[in-house]
Amino acid sequence: MISHDPIARILTIDLFQRRFSIDERPELFDEAIGGAGVAIRLLEEHCPPGADPLGEDNPIIFAVGPLVGHFPLASKTVAMFKSPHTGNLGESHAGGRSAVSIRMAGYGAIVIVGQSNKPVYLVIEDDTVHFRDASALWGLRSSYTVGSVLREREKGSGHRSIMRIGPAGEKQVSYSCVITETYRHFGRLGLGAVFGSKNLKAIVVSGNRTLPVLDPKRYRTQYNALYSAATGSPLMKKYHDLGTPINVGPLNELGALPTRNLKQSRFEGADALSGEHLAERYLGRRLACAHCPVACIHIAALRTPHPSEPYFYKTSMLGYDYEPIFALGTMLGISDVAGMLRLMDEVEIQGLDAMSTGVSLAWATEALEQGLTTLADTNGVALAWGDADAAIEAVRRVVSQPTDFYRALAHGVSHASSMYGGEDFALAFGGNEMPGYHTGPAGYLGYLLGARHSHLDNAGYSIDQKNLASGIQPTAEELVEQLVGEESWRQVLSSLVVCFFSRGLYTPEAIVEALATVGFELDESRLREIGADVLRRKYQFKRREGFDLLSEPIPRRILQTESPIGMISEEMLRTALRAFDDGFQE
Amino acid sequence: MAPETLDSFRTNWLKIGIQPEVMYRSSGDVPMAKRLSVIDGDRCVGCQLCMFACTRRSGVGGIANSRIGIRSAGGMRKGFVVIVCRACPHPPCASICPTHALTPRDGGGVSFDAQLCIGCGQCKSACPFGAVFWNEQEKRPLICVYCGVCAGFCPYAVLAHEEISEPAHD
Repeated sequence: MISHDPIARILTIDLFQRRFSIDERPELFDEAIGGAGVAIRLLEEHCPPGADPLGEDNPIIFAVGPLVGHFPLASKTVAMFKSPHTGNLGESHAGGRSAVSIRMAGYGAIVIVGQSNKPVYLVIEDDTVHFRDASALWGLRSSYTVGSVLREREKGSGHRSIMRIGPAGEKQVSYSCVITETYRHFGRLGLGAVFGSKNLKAIVVSGNRTLPVLDPKRYRTQYNALYSAATGSPLMKKYHDLGTPINVGPLNELGALPTRNLKQSRFEGADALSGEHLAERYLGRRLACAHCPVACIHIAALRTPHPSEPYFYKTSMLGYDYEPIFALGTMLGISDVAGMLRLMDEVEIQGLDAMSTGVSLAWATEALEQGLTTLADTNGVALAWGDADAAIEAVRRVVSQPTDFYRALAHGVSHASSMYGGEDFALAFGGNEMPGYHTGPAGYLGYLLGARHSHLDNAGYSIDQKNLASGIQPTAEELVEQLVGEESWRQVLSSLVVCFFSRGLYTPEAIVEALATVGFELDESRLREIGADVLRRKYQFKRREGFDLLSEPIPRRILQTESPIGMISEEMLRTALRAFDDGFQE
Repeated sequence: MAPETLDSFRTNWLKIGIQPEVMYRSSGDVPMAKRLSVIDGDRCVGCQLCMFACTRRSGVGGIANSRIGIRSAGGMRKGFVVIVCRACPHPPCASICPTHALTPRDGGGVSFDAQLCIGCGQCKSACPFGAVFWNEQEKRPLICVYCGVCAGFCPYAVLAHEEISEPAHD
């Protein structure tokens, strides 16, 4: 690394002592690049075994990488913590301006430890950290307001990011999220609850600086190559045009679109929720993360009339993406687009993870339908397929928690179904609610054995689709090998913190060259070693915290609804999980 | 959006791309009668590639040396403000400069002589657009040299590098 590159600087903030320190740790970045690689090492350092995820011992780690601020699409921040949702590894990635802001403030990573005894927000400006009183912000009804207030109050200079929680985080709902720049999220695994447990309402990060390169000419040449690939080739076009909702139509045609809590895998209302229809009727603005030319963030303009006063309207600007459409649309049988958008808005206001919320509501709807719960449990909310208004009422109650049922639902479907029954259709894997791909065995194996239980860990859904196209079904062992290979390589990408959407342009050769221009001499084999090591460390952390893959339940529902590859065999899944577990032991 | 509109949008995306002829020229090579102009600020997606491109021109990464500014218009919900030097025919930054470090350029805009600058910052206050940016470390203004590198890296044709055909009275 270049000696005066601020990437090596780690900011540690103690919320209890109200102190901070800045340490130079170049060896961490030399060994692990940044992002996930550095974050897992810092988690090992700061999180004692058995730590209470909502206690003072659980650290929050944010890490970026050396390409941030230098190259396009190096735009993600990796957050690591112990998850209050699953009780083991918490890892969530977000874009917006977060990564560039942390880099411009002069840090490679930020570690937050301890608990504040009263509400606080942090302002990180270059070499200073201010601990500001957040008592007046605590209890605000909407996460949007937190952003608006801080935007005005904290002028800051240079590049700025505002990360904040909503009411759900304050209430420590185990799948509450942290929102950054209104439309991006550290969504999964409950970082919002960890903020809430620390009385931490928000973090404002800003800074302004230049970053050193070894050889300006070589740097610009590599920059131009990546920029041309990002804008001039079809590699990223699908995210550019319609954004991630481009997937709605094809997945529905394939019979891989989870519908009504996966009772079906095709949705008759899918056309209305498609990327094409949303673009045509609702697309109001496109946004980009800092330093990304693709601008995949699609914002709907929703015009709604005042309930009683004529000629009085409001226009809301609401972000939409494939996963929220699946979770808050098809999974609940909602084909009324405006209703779905209002539901997404409520999830934003509360600061919940859209995916876990939607899958939890889908389970709750079916539980009520089957008579496992009553209207007394749901506080009078008659959840029903296709009813967005009922879903909105339920979302509010997941946070306000007027009954034991909502208190249970605030911990996700694994927990709620352990109390009310309905485990067969409680669609969580490794304790995390499922993503929107009923593509076949690789998809589900991916959720089960992925370190974050996310479709983005290893893209099993993509492996299924390739196998479907080729007509060749691999053995359980081969599938595991493909999944682990992909997840291992993705640790390199998430250590560089390049967006996974740009995986086609960040080839091993492009990465080696880009890193070289900023003083990191790593060849492809070293990159692959680092990837495998990061994955191993993540799994070691999970096991240390009690995760046992072989005892994880497989909800029967996924075996009962046909996938594009046919019925999924539990025996095949179990064989694959054993193969993974054996491989890991070696 | 009608399907044919979507198609043309796709084609544009491929066409716009990088303009390879716009590379990193030194300010000395730049034709005098060009300026930057904001073609359509509503198309700005806030990627800030222009700011990175401007900073990269000085041989480094980051954004601190940028002579162009993109900021949200009060939150991402409201879009973006694009701030460029519009090459005024009678630039107030030059009028107020006490040491003639900033002087009017033929055809509009200013030339900057860093040797004469004392870092008083009056130019920054004088520009109503906020287009005189500031280097905090060196206490010196960052003045656009009208090279157009930023426009070459704008994927959405928000910016253009154009000849000044007539004085900028608009």
